[in-house]
Amino acid sequence: MAKESKPTKDTTAAGAKDVKYELRLYVAGKTPKSVLALNNLKKYCEEYLKDDYRIEVIDLLVHPQLAEGDQILAIPTLVRRVPVPVRKIIGDLSSKEKVLVGLDIRPIKA
Amino acid sequence: MPRKASKTSFPVTTFPKTPTGITGLDQITGGGLPAGRPSLVCGAAGSGKTLFSIEFIVRGAIMYGEPGVFMAFEEKAAELALNVASLGFDLKQLQKDGLLKVDHVEIDRSEIEETGEYDLDGLFIRLGYAIDSIGAKRVVLDTLENLFTGLNNQAILRAELRRLFTWLKDKGVTAIITGEKGEGSLTRQGLEEYVSDCVILLDHRVVNQISTRLLRVVKYRGSVHGTNEYPFLIDEEGFSVLPVTSLLLDHEVSSERVSSGVPALDKLLEGRGFFRGSSVLVSGTAGTGKTSLAAYFANETCKRKERCLYFAFEESPQQIMRNMLSIGVDLKAQVNKGYLQMHASRPTLNGLEMHLVAIHKKVKQFKPHAVILDPITNLVTVGTVGEVKSMLIRLIDFLQAEQITVMFTALSLNTIVNEQTDEGVSSLVDAWILVRDIESNGERNRGMYIMKSRGMKHSNQVREFVITDEGLDLVDVYLGSEGVLIGSARETQQLSEATGEVLRTHAIDRKDLEISRKRKVLESKISSLQQEFESIQDELNRSSVEEELRKNIMEKNRAQMMEKRQAKKEQHGKGK
Repeated sequence: MAKESKPTKDTTAAGAKDVKYELRLYVAGKTPKSVLALNNLKKYCEEYLKDDYRIEVIDLLVHPQLAEGDQILAIPTLVRRVPVPVRKIIGDLSSKEKVLVGLDIRPIKA
Repeated sequence: MPRKASKTSFPVTTFPKTPTGITGLDQITGGGLPAGRPSLVCGAAGSGKTLFSIEFIVRGAIMYGEPGVFMAFEEKAAELALNVASLGFDLKQLQKDGLLKVDHVEIDRSEIEETGEYDLDGLFIRLGYAIDSIGAKRVVLDTLENLFTGLNNQAILRAELRRLFTWLKDKGVTAIITGEKGEGSLTRQGLEEYVSDCVILLDHRVVNQISTRLLRVVKYRGSVHGTNEYPFLIDEEGFSVLPVTSLLLDHEVSSERVSSGVPALDKLLEGRGFFRGSSVLVSGTAGTGKTSLAAYFANETCKRKERCLYFAFEESPQQIMRNMLSIGVDLKAQVNKGYLQMHASRPTLNGLEMHLVAIHKKVKQFKPHAVILDPITNLVTVGTVGEVKSMLIRLIDFLQAEQITVMFTALSLNTIVNEQTDEGVSSLVDAWILVRDIESNGERNRGMYIMKSRGMKHSNQVREFVITDEGLDLVDVYLGSEGVLIGSARETQQLSEATGEVLRTHAIDRKDLEISRKRKVLESKISSLQQEFESIQDELNRSSVEEELRKNIMEKNRAQMMEKRQAKKEQHGKGK
């Protein structure tokens, strides 16, 4: 957990190779909500996307200038950059269904 | 930093304030918005909230060197720049100079899904970053309420807003938050709960199809402020609010006199005209020459090389200039010389208050010595008599404070002169000249008299007011055994008097002639008598001389005789 919430960009799983899902999670420091959100996200991704995803964690306390680009208001915000259209999910991602619908992920196992 | 308070403003307190730079607003609020605190500007759609706030930022940057952040929730930065470019605000340049930062916050509900707990740290960070990057002192959030349409969780939003305002205070920035007017509350989302220091309400009211923009300071914690509704104007120079209600009657007065332009009228006013800075009402029925009088006054003001501002509510400037040429007043020349400015507008162009604000602005710009409003009666079409009166009171107060002489013309609709009120301003004005039609003997003539003129011994006489090709003049009416005669009756009377005069002179001449003739006759008689007398005298003289001579001769003869006799006697005696 400590590794993922490092205040810099952090990629998990598939590294730099082309993936189907490019996700960006905006956080502001290590708040419980942010930590919870990242854990939830990872859990869902592992479960439904396997290696076909990349998560970028952006800490706005370190890079405040990045907030404007993705029109970030709320923290935490998850942005699905790829595939388009851009989708945003705000909150601690505690509801699995909403996240899956929001990211337009069709469960593989289903 | 509070600007010097003018006469109509409120005492500036020690409460720290941030001047807005918006004309008039700083006077109402006694120096501006509370420094380092958020203020709420609310109003219905189209009431000028965004313009108000952008002007706060731009003026702050230009006039006070305070950088500002404009966080737009509604308009994109480019749209905003375009919208205010017409007001002469160059947002791009300000952004380049590091005095302004525009951040457009887009909330698209369709692409946002909410799950679980969140906060608005993202917004805080963005705002904080924007403030820190240019060292902003002023912040505008326009319109924060858009958050409510974009996000669902009201509980979170409200908690976060409360945190935001505390955070803004901690940042020490003077902020404006705009909010849409709601039903029964100042803002739709009850933002006034959070921003409790200063609330300004903008209103756009339409009465009888005439719109008036009004501003009111609903609340200003810790400071005295003007509580009235103040009309404001949005024009090519931005926002201007005018605290047009004068609080005091303490303006300077002048005992200098200014000519009315009609020498004969001046003569009625102690021969010197009106007081400078006084208000003059010229009222009369249609076609009695009110505008002509006003034009003469304007022309005279310009001739003294003073500026005059002419507001026409009935005719266009061109029309007035053409018409006045016919009585020998060349207003166009004065316009070209820059002494005269004419502004014509239909009263229905906007509400009374807006007219007042517009007049205010023009007066502030042109700094005239005299102002003419022709005619004020037409203003009644956009307001009640009471409203017109209250507007004129404020106008007169303002002009008198500026030492500007003002002339109103007013149309009386009936020929029966209402001595009490004429648009209710007769008690306000310093001088009231009445021009009226006098109809008699099948003709209409103009009569003029001075109803009142404060502070001078004006004439009480009715004068006949004549308009000729040479201009205006006042003629003494004929007062005689037949009463007051005017017009052609007066002329007839004058003519008959002149005839009588000639006849009398003629008669006198004839008498003189007779006298001289008589004198001649008598003189000739006298001379003939004298001659007669002389001849008689001559005669008498002659006879007396003859007598004398005869006497002498007789005496001589007798002497001789006696001598002779003596000799004879002697001879006789000897012989005896």
